[in-house]
Order: sequence, then C-alpha cells, then structure tokens
Amino acid sequence: MADTEKNHPHDAGHHHHHHDQNFTDPPPDPALRAMALESLLVEKGLVDPAALNQLIETYETKVGPRNGAKVVAQAWTDPDFHDWLKKDATAAIHSMDFTGRQGEHMRVVENTDAVHNLVVCTLCSCYPWAVLGLPPTWYKAAPYRARAVSEPRAVLEEFGTTLPDDVEIRVWDSTSEMRYLVLPQRPEGTEGWSAEELAALVTRNSMIGVETALAPGQSKSGDAA
Amino acid sequence: MNGAHDLGGTQSIGAINPEAETEEPLFHSEWERRAFAVTVATGALGQWSIDRSRFARERQHPVDYLRNSYYENWMAGLETLLLEAGLVTAEELKAGKSMTSEKPAASQNCLTLEKLESVLKAGSPADRPESTPPRFTVGDRVRVKLVNPKGHIRSPRYVRGHVGVVQEFYGSHIFPDRSAEGDIFGAPLYNVRFEGRDLWGDSAESQALYIDLWDSYLDPA
Repeated sequence: MADTEKNHPHDAGHHHHHHDQNFTDPPPDPALRAMALESLLVEKGLVDPAALNQLIETYETKVGPRNGAKVVAQAWTDPDFHDWLKKDATAAIHSMDFTGRQGEHMRVVENTDAVHNLVVCTLCSCYPWAVLGLPPTWYKAAPYRARAVSEPRAVLEEFGTTLPDDVEIRVWDSTSEMRYLVLPQRPEGTEGWSAEELAALVTRNSMIGVETALAPGQSKSGDAA
Repeated sequence: MNGAHDLGGTQSIGAINPEAETEEPLFHSEWERRAFAVTVATGALGQWSIDRSRFARERQHPVDYLRNSYYENWMAGLETLLLEAGLVTAEELKAGKSMTSEKPAASQNCLTLEKLESVLKAGSPADRPESTPPRFTVGDRVRVKLVNPKGHIRSPRYVRGHVGVVQEFYGSHIFPDRSAEGDIFGAPLYNVRFEGRDLWGDSAESQALYIDLWDSYLDPA
C-alpha cells in the first residue's frame, strides 16, 4: 500500500482510510486529538514546545490587523507611498517591516466611488497574515467561501454594507500565493488627520472588503449582522 | 480534485454569521492554539509543500471536510502528511506516543525557538524561475480548461470552461498541482478577470471575479 501511495499520490485518499476520520465514525474529540499530536511530535523531536508557545504569542500579540491599518493610513496621507503601494505592494509593505509568512507576495486593490473590492479564498483560507494576522472564523467557514463569489452583494448586506447598484464589485479569489489587501476609501471629514488618528478608523473588515472604513466618531460595529 | 473544499457558488449553505470584529478571539479554545502551532511548526521541517498540505486536507471525505471545524481539518491534514512522510505510524497517532526510541532524521530540521523569528520573517516566497515561457499577455482572452483531475489543482470548478481576460502577469510561481506531489518548479501565473454574468447569469450584473490562474490552466479564447 505504501508503494501505491508513492506512485499514485492522487489516489492516496482511497487507500488509507485506516487512519482517516470517516464520516460514519463519530469525530474524535479535537482537544484529545491535538494533545496526542503534540505529545507525539515533541517526543519525536519534530516540534519544540518553546517555539510552539512563541508562535502562538506572535500571532496573538504582534501580527494582526493593526499592521494593515498602518499601511492604509500611510497610503491615505502620503501620495508617494500610495503610488508605491499600488505599483509594488510587496516592497511598500515590506518597507514598513511587515514581512514574513503569508505576506511574501502582496497586491493592494483600491476602493473608489465606482469600484468596491472584496477578498475571499474559495478553495481554502488564503489571507494576508503579515498585515491582517490570522483570519476570523467566518472568513474560513463554508458560507463566506461559497457565497462571496456568487452573491457578493447579499454577503455584504449581512455585514451591514449596502453599495449603490452602479458600483462594480470586484471579488478577488485568492487561488495562488498572491495575497490581497483592500485599500478602503478615506472617510469624509478627516482632512488634516494624522496617519495615527486615521489608522483607528481602519477596521480589519474594511481591509477584507466586507465593510467600509469607520466614519469619524463611529465605533466598530458590534452589530455585524 | 473536485472535493468539498471547492466551495465557490455552493448554495443553501447558510448565513455568514460573523462574530463582531472587536469581540472575536483569535482562537476559540486552547486546542485550536496547539493545532495551529504544530501545523505551522511541522511545515518548517521541509517534508512537504504548502500545496501538499492543502491537498491532504482536501482529500478527506466531503462529509468530514464540511463537518470539521477549520482547525480539525488542519489536524486531519497534518496526520495524513505525517503518515505519508513516514514520520509517525497510525498506532503512534492513536496512542499519542512514540513506539520507537529512534528520532526521525527530519527532527534535525525541528523549528526551534532560536530559529523561529528568522524563519517567520523570511516566509516562503513562491516565485521560481519559469519552466516554460508565458503564452499570454495582458488583454488576452483566455478560456479556463475544462478538466477534472484527481490531483491537486487551484483552478476552481466555478470558473472552468469560462472565458476571461488577462489583467496582470505575476511572473513565475511554484506550480501547485505538481508541488502537491513533491515536484517544485515555477510556471507563469496570471490574474484573470471574469464577468459576473458569464459565471452566474444576468443577476450578477456589475460584478467581476479576479482569479489567479497558471498558464497551463488556460487556452487561448
């Protein structure tokens, strides 16, 4: 059987149900499964528990959507940076030291009065970690992945976002290692604001494209439905 | 492969029901933290590509794939990868315990705390020298090949057979179909625009899809 799997990796799925979860069996308890995996991998010297803890801490405290908000605010206040971001997002973003995993190849797509951009990954959960951190659950779940490409207006409505009929919605399906970041429109009434003040208006959801940036004085909506 | 992962256009699948951005925790339980960390850390062992790890998740039974939560799918995929790489046995996975005192050779590549920061910072760029020259240029009309391979592919079903226009040439990136089998080389990658009405009918007016597609996924149209 091992030979069959090596020679025909495409068909491997048919041959190793001995370990696979199968829908006729009750699913294993995820907490026990995670614990078994980790202890086994530690014992085999394949993972370092200290590195695991540091990995978790990195994404819980250092890499998150505040990074992306700084990029957006910089683009709103610095025309040269804005042009650079549009032309070579990877270099512009790396210049702010937001580098690393799932940010290796970046493209920024800009919202205007005529165009609204929305990012999805229908095949898995590709997401620009370096600027937005790890994706929220809804981004990785089946309903968003299924519907963002076929009925984006209905999806946006569920986030409380209604766009005029004549605005073109561009949906970016992240099928490669290119990672997409939406540059939302700068809210009105923010003339003269500093990049730091503006960054507070840039929500994670506005950089995925399911919402617009906050208006001055508006707080992040708790009423996402 | 035409698996449950290829979700674009699936209907009757429910509301998005997003948790509020300010309230959603990054992980919803401790086991999600651990599942995330062991998956990322073992990726650094160099025993499989990101494409192979995606393919390992996709190969589950569709019912399992859809019933599992996100990190359950990660764990299912990781178990498959570890088994296929010969790093663990099914008995060991079941017991959560090694049955041999010998450590696998891959343990030399273990992502240690010392290496972590530089590995995360470096990332894993996907650009590679091109194995074939690009056949298309910006503005070309292209039709996505109507294929149903049993292996890994990043051309979603909802776009196969349809015509779009090349918007951008991204250079040469690792070709995922073969990378999932351990064969790493670059191939031309494009961003292609499809009109919403061509994919979904007249109700999809003023919608467009922008999809990244490799050269060999496309025919001239």
